[in-house]
Amino acid sequence: MRIEIHSIEETQALAQAIARLCQNKHVVITLDGDLGAGKTTWTKAFGKALGVTSTINSPTFTILKSYTQGNGQPLHHIDAYRLEGASQDLGFEDCFDEGITVVEWSQFIQDQLPEDRLSLSFEEGIDENRVITMEAKGDVSKSILEGYHD
Amino acid sequence: MIILGIESSCDETAVALVKDKKEVLSSIVASQIDVHKEFGGVVPEVASRIHIENISYCIEAALKEAGCTMEDVDAVAVTKGPGLIGCLHVGVQAAKTLAFAYHKPLIPVHHLAAHIYANELVVDMKYPLLALVVSGGNTELVYMKDETSFEILGETQDDAIGEAYDKVARVLGLGYPGGPKIDKMAKEGKPVYELAKPKTQGRYDFSFSGLKSSVLQFTKRMERQGKTYDLNDLACSFQECALDEIFSRIHAALDDHPEIRHFVVGGGVSANSRLREKIEELKTEYPNITFTVPPMYCCTDNAGMIGVAGTIAYVSGRRGDETLTGDASWPIQ
Repeated sequence: MRIEIHSIEETQALAQAIARLCQNKHVVITLDGDLGAGKTTWTKAFGKALGVTSTINSPTFTILKSYTQGNGQPLHHIDAYRLEGASQDLGFEDCFDEGITVVEWSQFIQDQLPEDRLSLSFEEGIDENRVITMEAKGDVSKSILEGYHD
Repeated sequence: MIILGIESSCDETAVALVKDKKEVLSSIVASQIDVHKEFGGVVPEVASRIHIENISYCIEAALKEAGCTMEDVDAVAVTKGPGLIGCLHVGVQAAKTLAFAYHKPLIPVHHLAAHIYANELVVDMKYPLLALVVSGGNTELVYMKDETSFEILGETQDDAIGEAYDKVARVLGLGYPGGPKIDKMAKEGKPVYELAKPKTQGRYDFSFSGLKSSVLQFTKRMERQGKTYDLNDLACSFQECALDEIFSRIHAALDDHPEIRHFVVGGGVSANSRLREKIEELKTEYPNITFTVPPMYCCTDNAGMIGVAGTIAYVSGRRGDETLTGDASWPIQ
Protein backbone atom coordinates (compact mmCIF):
# COMPACT_ATOMS: atom_id res chain seq x y z
CA MET A 1 0.00 0.00 0.00
CA ARG A 2 1.28 3.45 -0.95
CA ILE A 3 0.75 6.60 1.08
CA GLU A 4 1.69 10.09 -0.02
CA ILE A 5 3.02 12.41 2.66
CA HIS A 6 3.49 16.14 2.30
CA SER A 7 4.91 17.26 5.65
CA ILE A 8 6.71 16.17 8.81
CA GLU A 9 3.35 16.39 10.60
CA GLU A 10 1.86 13.81 8.22
CA THR A 11 4.82 11.48 8.82
CA GLN A 12 4.16 11.81 12.56
CA ALA A 13 0.41 11.18 12.11
CA LEU A 14 1.14 7.98 10.18
CA ALA A 15 3.53 6.81 12.93
CA GLN A 16 0.87 7.48 15.58
CA ALA A 17 -1.78 5.54 13.61
CA ILE A 18 0.56 2.54 13.23
CA ALA A 19 1.48 2.77 16.93
CA ARG A 20 -2.19 2.48 17.94
CA LEU A 21 -2.45 -0.72 15.87
CA CYS A 22 0.79 -2.16 17.32
CA GLN A 23 -0.14 -1.50 20.94
CA ASN A 24 0.37 -4.61 23.11
CA LYS A 25 1.50 -6.58 20.06
CA HIS A 26 4.77 -8.30 19.41
CA VAL A 27 6.09 -7.08 16.06
CA VAL A 28 9.19 -6.07 14.04
CA ILE A 29 8.98 -3.02 11.76
CA THR A 30 11.66 -2.19 9.19
CA LEU A 31 12.16 1.36 7.89
CA ASP A 32 14.11 1.85 4.71
CA GLY A 33 14.97 4.98 2.79
CA ASP A 34 17.83 7.38 2.16
CA LEU A 35 19.50 9.66 4.71
CA GLY A 36 17.05 12.40 5.60
CA ALA A 37 14.01 10.44 4.41
CA GLY A 38 12.31 10.73 7.80
CA LYS A 39 13.03 7.39 9.48
CA THR A 40 14.12 8.91 12.80
CA THR A 41 11.20 11.40 12.75
CA TRP A 42 8.86 8.47 12.23
CA THR A 43 10.40 6.43 15.07
CA LYS A 44 10.28 9.35 17.54
CA ALA A 45 6.55 9.87 16.91
CA PHE A 46 5.95 6.10 16.96
CA GLY A 47 7.69 5.64 20.33
CA LYS A 48 6.01 8.64 21.89
CA ALA A 49 2.59 7.28 20.84
CA LEU A 50 3.53 3.96 22.52
CA GLY A 51 4.15 5.84 25.77
CA VAL A 52 7.97 6.07 25.72
CA THR A 53 8.85 9.06 27.90
CA SER A 54 12.64 9.29 27.49
CA THR A 55 14.26 10.98 24.47
CA ILE A 56 14.43 8.73 21.42
CA ASN A 57 17.49 9.79 19.43
CA SER A 58 19.64 8.24 16.75
CA PRO A 59 21.05 4.77 17.52
CA THR A 60 23.53 4.98 14.62
CA PHE A 61 26.60 4.94 16.87
CA THR A 62 25.53 2.33 19.42
CA ILE A 63 23.46 0.42 16.81
CA LEU A 64 20.78 -0.47 19.37
CA LYS A 65 18.89 1.62 21.90
CA SER A 66 16.12 0.21 24.07
CA TYR A 67 13.19 2.01 25.68
CA THR A 68 10.18 1.10 27.81
CA GLN A 69 6.68 1.52 26.38
CA GLY A 70 3.79 2.78 28.48
CA ASN A 71 2.66 -0.85 29.00
CA GLY A 72 6.07 -1.87 30.37
CA GLN A 73 7.08 -3.79 27.23
CA PRO A 74 10.36 -2.90 25.51
CA LEU A 75 10.72 -0.85 22.33
CA HIS A 76 14.01 -1.68 20.65
CA HIS A 77 15.43 0.74 18.06
CA ILE A 78 18.11 -0.79 15.82
CA ASP A 79 20.10 1.12 13.20
CA ALA A 80 22.20 -1.12 10.95
CA TYR A 81 23.70 1.84 9.02
CA ARG A 82 27.21 1.10 10.31
CA LEU A 83 26.88 -2.64 9.70
CA GLU A 84 27.08 -2.33 5.92
CA GLY A 85 29.55 -4.97 4.78
CA ALA A 86 29.97 -6.41 8.28
CA SER A 87 28.90 -9.96 8.95
CA GLN A 88 28.70 -9.96 12.73
CA ASP A 89 26.11 -11.77 14.78
CA LEU A 90 25.05 -9.19 17.36
CA GLY A 91 22.30 -11.30 18.92
CA PHE A 92 19.38 -9.26 17.63
CA GLU A 93 17.10 -12.33 17.98
CA ASP A 94 16.79 -11.44 21.66
CA CYS A 95 15.20 -8.13 20.63
CA PHE A 96 12.94 -9.68 18.02
CA ASP A 97 11.57 -12.07 20.65
CA GLU A 98 10.01 -9.37 22.83
CA GLY A 99 7.95 -6.19 22.56
CA ILE A 100 8.30 -4.06 19.44
CA THR A 101 11.47 -3.58 17.40
CA VAL A 102 12.03 -0.85 14.80
CA VAL A 103 14.95 -1.49 12.41
CA GLU A 104 16.51 1.19 10.20
CA TRP A 105 18.80 0.22 7.29
CA SER A 106 17.49 -3.34 7.66
CA GLN A 107 19.02 -4.42 4.34
CA PHE A 108 22.35 -4.76 6.14
CA ILE A 109 21.00 -7.42 8.53
CA GLN A 110 18.51 -8.96 6.09
CA ASP A 111 19.36 -12.57 6.99
CA GLN A 112 18.80 -11.96 10.72
CA LEU A 113 15.28 -10.52 10.41
CA PRO A 114 12.23 -12.61 11.33
CA GLU A 115 9.87 -13.68 8.54
CA ASP A 116 6.83 -11.86 9.94
CA ARG A 117 7.50 -8.14 9.77
CA LEU A 118 5.97 -4.89 8.66
CA SER A 119 8.13 -3.09 6.15
CA LEU A 120 7.94 0.65 5.43
CA SER A 121 10.01 2.17 2.67
CA PHE A 122 10.40 5.91 2.36
CA GLU A 123 10.85 7.40 -1.08
CA GLU A 124 11.96 10.99 -1.15
CA GLY A 125 10.30 13.61 -3.29
CA ILE A 126 10.94 17.33 -3.39
CA ASP A 127 11.34 19.04 0.02
CA GLU A 128 9.06 17.34 2.55
CA ASN A 129 7.13 15.21 0.06
CA ARG A 130 7.49 11.45 0.56
CA VAL A 131 5.89 8.28 -0.72
CA ILE A 132 5.74 5.57 1.93
CA THR A 133 5.10 1.99 0.85
CA MET A 134 3.90 -0.42 3.54
CA GLU A 135 4.09 -4.16 3.14
CA ALA A 136 3.19 -6.98 5.54
CA LYS A 137 5.13 -10.23 5.46
CA GLY A 138 3.31 -12.46 7.98
CA ASP A 139 0.20 -12.89 10.12
CA VAL A 140 0.85 -10.26 12.81
CA SER A 141 2.06 -7.63 10.36
CA LYS A 142 -0.86 -8.38 8.01
CA SER A 143 -3.35 -7.85 10.83
CA ILE A 144 -1.78 -4.47 11.56
CA LEU A 145 -1.90 -3.38 7.95
CA GLU A 146 -5.53 -4.56 7.63
CA GLY A 147 -6.37 -2.52 10.71
CA TYR A 148 -4.87 0.49 8.98
CA HIS A 149 -7.01 -0.11 5.88
CA ASP A 150 -10.16 -0.14 8.03
CA MET B 1 46.71 4.75 44.06
CA ILE B 2 46.64 2.78 40.80
CA ILE B 3 43.32 2.01 39.06
CA LEU B 4 42.95 -0.39 36.16
CA GLY B 5 40.19 0.84 33.83
CA ILE B 6 38.34 -1.25 31.23
CA GLU B 7 36.19 0.17 28.41
CA SER B 8 34.19 -1.92 25.91
CA SER B 9 30.94 -0.02 25.43
CA CYS B 10 30.95 0.07 21.63
CA ASP B 11 33.66 -0.13 18.97
CA GLU B 12 36.78 0.03 21.14
CA THR B 13 38.20 -2.53 23.53
CA ALA B 14 40.49 -0.55 25.82
CA VAL B 15 42.43 -1.02 29.06
CA ALA B 16 44.49 1.57 30.95
CA LEU B 17 46.35 2.03 34.23
CA VAL B 18 45.94 5.42 35.90
CA LYS B 19 47.96 6.60 38.89
CA ASP B 20 46.56 9.06 41.44
CA LYS B 21 43.80 10.25 39.07
CA LYS B 22 46.24 12.32 37.02
CA GLU B 23 48.82 10.11 35.39
CA VAL B 24 48.13 7.59 32.62
CA LEU B 25 50.75 4.84 33.10
CA SER B 26 49.51 2.94 30.05
CA SER B 27 46.57 3.09 27.67
CA ILE B 28 45.85 0.32 25.18
CA VAL B 29 43.09 0.65 22.59
CA ALA B 30 42.34 -2.25 20.25
CA SER B 31 40.33 -0.90 17.39
CA GLN B 32 40.22 -1.55 13.70
CA ILE B 33 39.80 2.13 12.94
CA ASP B 34 42.12 1.99 9.93
CA VAL B 35 40.12 -0.75 8.25
CA HIS B 36 38.12 1.71 6.17
CA LYS B 37 35.46 0.64 3.82
CA GLU B 38 35.54 1.84 0.27
CA PHE B 39 32.68 4.29 0.73
CA GLY B 40 31.19 5.33 4.00
CA GLY B 41 32.35 4.40 7.45
CA VAL B 42 34.32 1.94 9.47
CA VAL B 43 33.10 -1.59 10.01
CA PRO B 44 32.34 -1.37 13.71
CA GLU B 45 33.94 -3.81 16.10
CA VAL B 46 30.74 -4.30 17.97
CA ALA B 47 30.45 -8.07 18.04
CA SER B 48 31.12 -9.37 21.56
CA ARG B 49 33.25 -12.08 19.93
CA ILE B 50 35.78 -9.43 18.81
CA HIS B 51 35.88 -7.79 22.26
CA ILE B 52 36.50 -11.22 23.81
CA GLU B 53 39.40 -11.78 21.42
CA ASN B 54 40.90 -8.40 22.35
CA ILE B 55 40.30 -8.03 26.06
CA SER B 56 42.91 -10.40 27.53
CA TYR B 57 45.57 -9.02 25.21
CA CYS B 58 44.68 -5.46 26.22
CA ILE B 59 44.84 -6.23 29.96
CA GLU B 60 48.20 -7.93 29.59
CA ALA B 61 49.60 -5.15 27.38
CA ALA B 62 48.38 -2.38 29.73
CA LEU B 63 50.01 -4.01 32.77
CA LYS B 64 53.24 -4.65 30.87
CA GLU B 65 53.48 -1.14 29.44
CA ALA B 66 52.94 0.35 32.89
CA GLY B 67 55.53 -2.00 34.38
CA CYS B 68 52.97 -3.24 36.90
CA THR B 69 51.44 -6.49 38.06
CA MET B 70 47.91 -6.96 39.39
CA GLU B 71 49.43 -6.76 42.91
CA ASP B 72 50.18 -3.06 42.28
CA VAL B 73 46.59 -2.30 41.25
CA ASP B 74 44.31 -0.86 43.96
CA ALA B 75 40.98 -1.32 42.20
CA VAL B 76 39.39 -2.33 38.90
CA ALA B 77 37.02 0.15 37.19
CA VAL B 78 34.81 -0.72 34.24
CA THR B 79 32.22 0.93 31.99
CA LYS B 80 28.82 -0.38 33.12
CA GLY B 81 26.94 1.66 30.50
CA PRO B 82 25.53 3.10 28.38
CA GLY B 83 26.49 1.20 25.24
CA LEU B 84 25.75 -1.92 23.29
CA ILE B 85 24.82 -4.60 25.80
CA GLY B 86 26.83 -7.48 24.28
CA CYS B 87 29.96 -5.31 24.26
CA LEU B 88 29.46 -4.02 27.81
CA HIS B 89 29.13 -7.57 29.14
CA VAL B 90 32.63 -8.48 27.93
CA GLY B 91 34.29 -5.62 29.83
CA VAL B 92 32.18 -6.15 32.94
CA GLN B 93 32.90 -9.91 33.03
CA ALA B 94 36.62 -9.30 32.58
CA ALA B 95 36.61 -6.68 35.37
CA LYS B 96 34.68 -8.95 37.73
CA THR B 97 37.02 -11.84 37.05
CA LEU B 98 40.12 -9.71 37.73
CA ALA B 99 38.62 -8.10 40.83
CA PHE B 100 37.61 -11.38 42.43
CA ALA B 101 40.69 -13.34 41.42
CA TYR B 102 43.00 -10.68 42.87
CA HIS B 103 40.71 -9.50 45.71
CA LYS B 104 40.46 -5.93 44.41
CA PRO B 105 37.51 -3.55 44.75
CA LEU B 106 35.28 -3.35 41.67
CA ILE B 107 33.98 0.05 40.51
CA PRO B 108 31.24 0.59 37.91
CA VAL B 109 31.74 3.73 35.80
CA HIS B 110 29.43 5.70 33.47
CA HIS B 111 30.82 6.27 29.95
CA LEU B 112 29.60 9.88 29.62
CA ALA B 113 30.81 10.81 33.12
CA ALA B 114 34.21 9.40 32.18
CA HIS B 115 34.39 11.66 29.09
CA ILE B 116 33.91 14.64 31.43
CA TYR B 117 36.33 13.44 34.13
CA ALA B 118 39.02 12.91 31.45
CA ASN B 119 39.70 16.65 31.85
CA GLU B 120 41.31 15.85 35.24
CA LEU B 121 44.29 14.54 33.25
CA VAL B 122 45.18 18.11 32.27
CA VAL B 123 43.50 20.42 34.81
CA ASP B 124 41.98 20.43 38.31
CA MET B 125 38.25 20.56 37.70
CA LYS B 126 36.37 23.29 39.59
CA TYR B 127 32.71 23.19 40.51
CA PRO B 128 29.98 24.14 39.67
CA LEU B 129 30.98 23.02 36.20
CA LEU B 130 29.42 22.88 32.74
CA ALA B 131 30.53 20.08 30.40
CA LEU B 132 29.94 19.72 26.68
CA VAL B 133 30.35 16.18 25.35
CA VAL B 134 30.43 16.02 21.54
CA SER B 135 31.24 12.84 19.61
CA GLY B 136 29.93 10.35 17.07
CA GLY B 137 27.46 9.02 19.61
CA ASN B 138 26.99 11.86 22.13
CA THR B 139 25.87 15.48 22.17
CA GLU B 140 25.12 16.53 25.74
CA LEU B 141 25.38 19.57 27.94
CA VAL B 142 25.89 18.46 31.55
CA TYR B 143 25.75 20.59 34.71
CA MET B 144 27.73 19.42 37.74
CA LYS B 145 27.14 21.26 40.98
CA ASP B 146 29.90 19.18 42.58
CA GLU B 147 32.24 16.36 41.68
CA THR B 148 29.67 13.57 41.91
CA SER B 149 26.35 15.11 40.82
CA PHE B 150 25.18 15.26 37.23
CA GLU B 151 22.27 17.02 35.58
CA ILE B 152 21.75 16.61 31.83
CA LEU B 153 20.67 20.12 30.83
CA GLY B 154 20.33 19.32 27.14
CA GLU B 155 20.88 16.48 24.71
CA THR B 156 20.42 15.81 21.03
CA GLN B 157 16.86 15.00 20.03
CA ASP B 158 18.02 13.07 16.95
CA ASP B 159 21.55 12.73 15.48
CA ALA B 160 24.76 13.23 17.44
CA ILE B 161 26.88 16.06 16.01
CA GLY B 162 29.72 13.74 14.91
CA GLU B 163 27.18 11.54 13.19
CA ALA B 164 25.74 14.55 11.32
CA TYR B 165 29.27 15.48 10.13
CA ASP B 166 29.88 11.90 8.92
CA LYS B 167 26.55 11.63 7.14
CA VAL B 168 26.85 15.02 5.43
CA ALA B 169 30.40 14.07 4.36
CA ARG B 170 29.05 10.87 2.88
CA VAL B 171 26.38 12.77 0.92
CA LEU B 172 29.04 15.16 -0.40
CA GLY B 173 31.27 12.22 -1.35
CA LEU B 174 34.07 13.22 1.04
CA GLY B 175 34.62 9.79 2.59
CA TYR B 176 35.20 8.82 6.22
CA PRO B 177 35.77 10.21 8.79
CA GLY B 178 33.78 13.25 7.76
CA GLY B 179 34.58 15.65 10.59
CA PRO B 180 38.19 16.59 9.76
CA LYS B 181 37.40 16.88 6.03
CA ILE B 182 34.45 19.23 6.50
CA ASP B 183 36.46 21.24 9.03
CA LYS B 184 39.31 21.67 6.53
CA MET B 185 37.05 22.61 3.60
CA ALA B 186 35.04 25.02 5.74
CA LYS B 187 38.23 27.03 6.34
CA GLU B 188 38.38 27.70 2.58
CA GLY B 189 34.71 28.64 2.31
CA LYS B 190 32.16 31.23 3.41
CA PRO B 191 28.82 30.59 5.11
CA VAL B 192 26.79 31.90 2.17
CA TYR B 193 24.13 29.19 1.80
CA GLU B 194 20.89 29.34 3.75
CA LEU B 195 20.32 26.02 5.56
CA ALA B 196 17.46 25.03 7.88
CA LYS B 197 18.01 26.31 11.43
CA PRO B 198 17.60 23.46 13.91
CA LYS B 199 14.43 23.58 15.99
CA THR B 200 14.10 22.09 19.47
CA GLN B 201 11.62 22.37 22.30
CA GLY B 202 14.00 22.26 25.25
CA ARG B 203 16.03 25.42 25.93
CA TYR B 204 19.31 23.49 25.99
CA ASP B 205 18.46 20.64 23.60
CA PHE B 206 20.14 20.04 20.24
CA SER B 207 18.95 18.81 16.85
CA PHE B 208 21.04 18.03 13.78
CA SER B 209 18.84 15.79 11.66
CA GLY B 210 16.95 18.67 10.01
CA LEU B 211 20.24 20.39 9.17
CA LYS B 212 21.59 17.18 7.64
CA SER B 213 18.43 16.83 5.50
CA SER B 214 18.69 20.48 4.55
CA VAL B 215 22.19 19.94 3.10
CA LEU B 216 20.84 16.95 1.17
CA GLN B 217 17.89 18.87 -0.20
CA PHE B 218 20.16 21.76 -1.13
CA THR B 219 22.40 19.55 -3.29
CA LYS B 220 19.37 17.93 -4.94
CA ARG B 221 17.73 21.30 -5.63
CA MET B 222 20.89 22.62 -7.26
CA GLU B 223 21.14 19.49 -9.40
CA ARG B 224 17.50 19.80 -10.49
CA GLN B 225 18.02 23.42 -11.42
CA GLY B 226 21.26 22.61 -13.21
CA LYS B 227 23.18 25.02 -10.95
CA THR B 228 26.64 24.56 -9.50
CA TYR B 229 27.67 25.31 -5.94
CA ASP B 230 30.92 25.69 -4.07
CA LEU B 231 31.64 22.65 -1.92
CA ASN B 232 33.82 24.66 0.49
CA ASP B 233 31.04 27.22 0.96
CA LEU B 234 28.54 24.43 1.62
CA ALA B 235 30.88 22.77 4.17
CA CYS B 236 31.34 26.16 5.85
CA SER B 237 27.59 26.91 5.87
CA PHE B 238 26.90 23.50 7.45
CA GLN B 239 29.66 23.83 10.04
CA GLU B 240 28.64 27.35 11.09
CA CYS B 241 25.01 26.27 11.43
CA ALA B 242 25.88 23.15 13.47
CA LEU B 243 28.25 25.02 15.79
CA ASP B 244 25.86 27.96 16.20
CA GLU B 245 23.40 25.40 17.53
CA ILE B 246 25.96 24.17 20.08
CA PHE B 247 27.19 27.60 21.13
CA SER B 248 23.76 29.20 21.48
CA ARG B 249 22.99 26.48 24.04
CA ILE B 250 26.31 27.00 25.83
CA HIS B 251 25.58 30.73 26.06
CA ALA B 252 22.10 30.07 27.43
CA ALA B 253 23.44 27.66 30.05
CA LEU B 254 26.29 29.97 31.15
CA ASP B 255 23.94 32.96 31.35
CA ASP B 256 21.34 31.01 33.34
CA HIS B 257 23.96 29.63 35.75
CA PRO B 258 26.26 32.52 36.72
CA GLU B 259 27.69 30.33 39.51
CA ILE B 260 29.54 28.13 36.96
CA ARG B 261 33.33 28.33 37.47
CA HIS B 262 34.62 25.88 34.90
CA PHE B 263 33.65 24.82 31.38
CA VAL B 264 35.10 21.57 29.95
CA VAL B 265 34.77 19.64 26.71
CA GLY B 266 34.90 15.89 25.99
CA GLY B 267 34.41 13.61 22.98
CA GLY B 268 36.09 13.32 19.59
CA VAL B 269 34.40 16.33 17.94
CA SER B 270 36.42 18.59 20.26
CA ALA B 271 39.20 18.14 17.66
CA ASN B 272 37.23 20.52 15.40
CA SER B 273 39.29 23.68 14.84
CA ARG B 274 36.29 26.01 14.55
CA LEU B 275 34.86 24.67 17.81
CA ARG B 276 38.18 25.39 19.51
CA GLU B 277 38.22 28.89 18.01
CA LYS B 278 34.72 29.60 19.28
CA ILE B 279 35.69 28.45 22.78
CA GLU B 280 38.59 30.92 22.67
CA GLU B 281 36.01 33.63 21.96
CA LEU B 282 34.01 32.54 25.03
CA LYS B 283 37.07 33.14 27.19
CA THR B 284 36.91 36.88 26.57
CA GLU B 285 33.14 36.94 27.00
CA TYR B 286 33.21 35.09 30.33
CA PRO B 287 36.50 36.12 31.99
CA ASN B 288 35.54 34.59 35.35
CA ILE B 289 35.14 31.08 33.96
CA THR B 290 38.00 28.66 33.25
CA PHE B 291 37.68 27.01 29.83
CA THR B 292 39.40 23.69 29.13
CA VAL B 293 39.58 21.83 25.82
CA PRO B 294 41.84 18.85 26.54
CA PRO B 295 44.23 17.30 24.00
CA MET B 296 42.80 14.59 21.77
CA TYR B 297 44.20 11.62 23.71
CA CYS B 298 41.79 12.57 26.51
CA CYS B 299 38.80 13.09 24.21
CA THR B 300 38.33 9.93 22.18
CA ASP B 301 37.05 6.63 23.56
CA ASN B 302 39.80 5.14 25.72
CA ALA B 303 40.22 3.49 29.10
CA GLY B 304 42.35 6.26 30.67
CA MET B 305 39.16 8.19 31.26
CA ILE B 306 37.63 5.09 32.87
CA GLY B 307 40.62 4.96 35.22
CA VAL B 308 40.14 8.64 36.17
CA ALA B 309 36.38 8.22 36.66
CA GLY B 310 37.09 5.02 38.58
CA THR B 311 39.44 6.87 40.93
CA ILE B 312 36.82 9.52 41.69
CA ALA B 313 34.08 6.90 42.19
CA TYR B 314 36.45 4.81 44.37
CA VAL B 315 37.21 7.75 46.65
CA SER B 316 33.50 8.59 46.89
CA GLY B 317 32.87 5.02 48.06
CA ARG B 318 31.14 3.48 45.05
CA ARG B 319 31.60 -0.29 44.76
CA GLY B 320 30.27 -3.08 42.56
CA ASP B 321 29.79 -6.68 43.64
CA GLU B 322 29.25 -10.07 42.00
CA THR B 323 25.82 -8.96 40.76
CA LEU B 324 27.33 -6.15 38.64
CA THR B 325 26.10 -6.29 35.07
CA GLY B 326 26.21 -4.06 31.98
CA ASP B 327 23.30 -1.65 31.53
CA ALA B 328 22.75 -0.39 27.97
CA SER B 329 20.80 2.71 29.09
CA TRP B 330 22.29 3.41 32.54
CA PRO B 331 21.51 6.98 33.63
CA ILE B 332 24.56 9.17 34.31
CA GLN B 333 26.05 9.01 37.84
